[in-house]
Amino acid sequence: MAAVGALNSPAGGVATDFRKPSATGRQMQKERVVLAPWWFLLPALAFYCVSVIGPSVVGVFSAFTNWDGFSRQSHFVGLKNFFHILSDPSAAAAFRQTLILAVAVTVLQNVVGLLLALGVNSGVRSHRPLRVILFAPAVVAPVMVAYLWKYILAPDGALDSILALVAPASWQLNWLGSTDLALWCVVAVIVWQMSGLSMVIFLAGLEGISKEVLEAADLDGAGAFRKFFSVTLPMLRPAVMVTTTLTLIGGLKQFDTVWAMTSGGPADSTQTLSTVIFQNAFSFGYFSYSIAIAVVLTVLASPISWLQYRLAHRERDE
Amino acid sequence: MKRYTWRIGVIEIVMLAVSLVFIVPVYVLVNLSIRRLGDPLSPLVPTLHATWENYARAWTEGRLGWALINSAMVTGASVVLLIGISSLAAYVLARVASGWSRLAYIFLIVGLLIPIQLGFIPLYRMFLSLHLLSLWALVIFYAGLQVPFSVFLYAAFIRALPRDYEEAAALDGCGPLRAFWSVVFPLLSPVTASIAIINVIVIWNDFMTPLLYLSGGRQQTVPVAVFGFVGQYTSQWSVVFAALVIGMAPVLALFFALQGRVMKGFTAGVKG
Repeated sequence: MAAVGALNSPAGGVATDFRKPSATGRQMQKERVVLAPWWFLLPALAFYCVSVIGPSVVGVFSAFTNWDGFSRQSHFVGLKNFFHILSDPSAAAAFRQTLILAVAVTVLQNVVGLLLALGVNSGVRSHRPLRVILFAPAVVAPVMVAYLWKYILAPDGALDSILALVAPASWQLNWLGSTDLALWCVVAVIVWQMSGLSMVIFLAGLEGISKEVLEAADLDGAGAFRKFFSVTLPMLRPAVMVTTTLTLIGGLKQFDTVWAMTSGGPADSTQTLSTVIFQNAFSFGYFSYSIAIAVVLTVLASPISWLQYRLAHRERDE
Repeated sequence: MKRYTWRIGVIEIVMLAVSLVFIVPVYVLVNLSIRRLGDPLSPLVPTLHATWENYARAWTEGRLGWALINSAMVTGASVVLLIGISSLAAYVLARVASGWSRLAYIFLIVGLLIPIQLGFIPLYRMFLSLHLLSLWALVIFYAGLQVPFSVFLYAAFIRALPRDYEEAAALDGCGPLRAFWSVVFPLLSPVTASIAIINVIVIWNDFMTPLLYLSGGRQQTVPVAVFGFVGQYTSQWSVVFAALVIGMAPVLALFFALQGRVMKGFTAGVKG
């Protein structure tokens, strides 16, 4: 700590140099500590504790109580809230649909994103405008995209009026009003909006594949498919892992698109964990119960987030 | 550069067809937003007699002017705050190798694993009981929420940065804050740009938090204002679409102005 004071004074650095002329290595070490004092951390830690750690700790505790969100008193009820999840049909539906949605979005968004990236990267002249157009939906608020598609999919909406021109009348469906179709419509809208993001990540991965390897494959007489599966795809593995974890987490937490398109309906057929959390807390007033569902969501999503962090970390080190 | 073969020509045609899947919905959006209410034409037929009335109604009845100001304020304040606190914290975490620094880093990174749904309701209660539920609550919330991600990106960048400049600054007798601000921070500008872009888009587009934390009226951000507005006008899609165009315009304008930068920012952001 003495060094802190010394360095704060104008001639501090020089003064310490005179004191320990032989221990340059250690001196450097000390100076680094001084340049980055511990209190630089405080503002970030304060905001982080107030908005993330504190509330999350309170949350985990209150999941084991019967807190209604308003009264000062609450009692410890053990695992009651968690058992209630098992007997709550809309939570069970939300759980199942969240998994379906997360997996479906992950698979489709990756496949579509990869195909788009390969197309854009294939030497087409329009690759620049294509990249911009395909990525643009990803920067818009999901709520807005959801409303655009809500209209397109509405009865007598744009899709039905286009289908009326090219297909038999039986193709015009009540897309969002059907318990069988609504969830898949939501999946399709998310994929439509976010494939561009996966595409951009894949494009960055494709840039990293050296031309020599691909030319060597050419010389060995490999066809386009062989080249893709034996060279391109294995080398894209890091990009695949990144977009897979990203979309899985996003899918598990999905709220905006669902809430704007269907609010969980019809008949709970598009409820996700996030929408039932929101409804239980703010429509029904079951605070501790909704937080218990949030704990379940955390348990599902955290390992994948951890994997994503590890992947990002490893890439940095390489 | 590859030769332009007939195969690439076929791919080009296919890709342009695919891009229609992205262009047509946006065309329908703009096309209907300038159409008079009750016009029965197909959404694909160009609107010849355009009207601005839908925009006028969306603007005044949806209070979109206020919403845009609020969103800009919340986003701007959050991102500036976030960049300040995260770069400072990341600098310590990247430069100090001792135990407490590592512990603090792990403590912050844990935040990447916690979904906001967990703390979201207790935090709402806290702001409510402190009578802080306002745009400022959002700024505090976003600044804290995005710290782990921003610190992570900053720390990774700073670790790869040579220390020579900072040490020279220290020898010149700068205080730590001054040395950081005038020597280190300018060197971080590439990663600052990525962090700023991602956070601007994430915060501007956020829906769940302001839906809950803001009471309505003038206190709304753009996504929430549009949400409330659509609830009232579901049968009048032309007016709704005008609101959507207004709501989408700022972020799309930002994207088109900075295209490559934004896409690079996102790639850097997800890869760490």
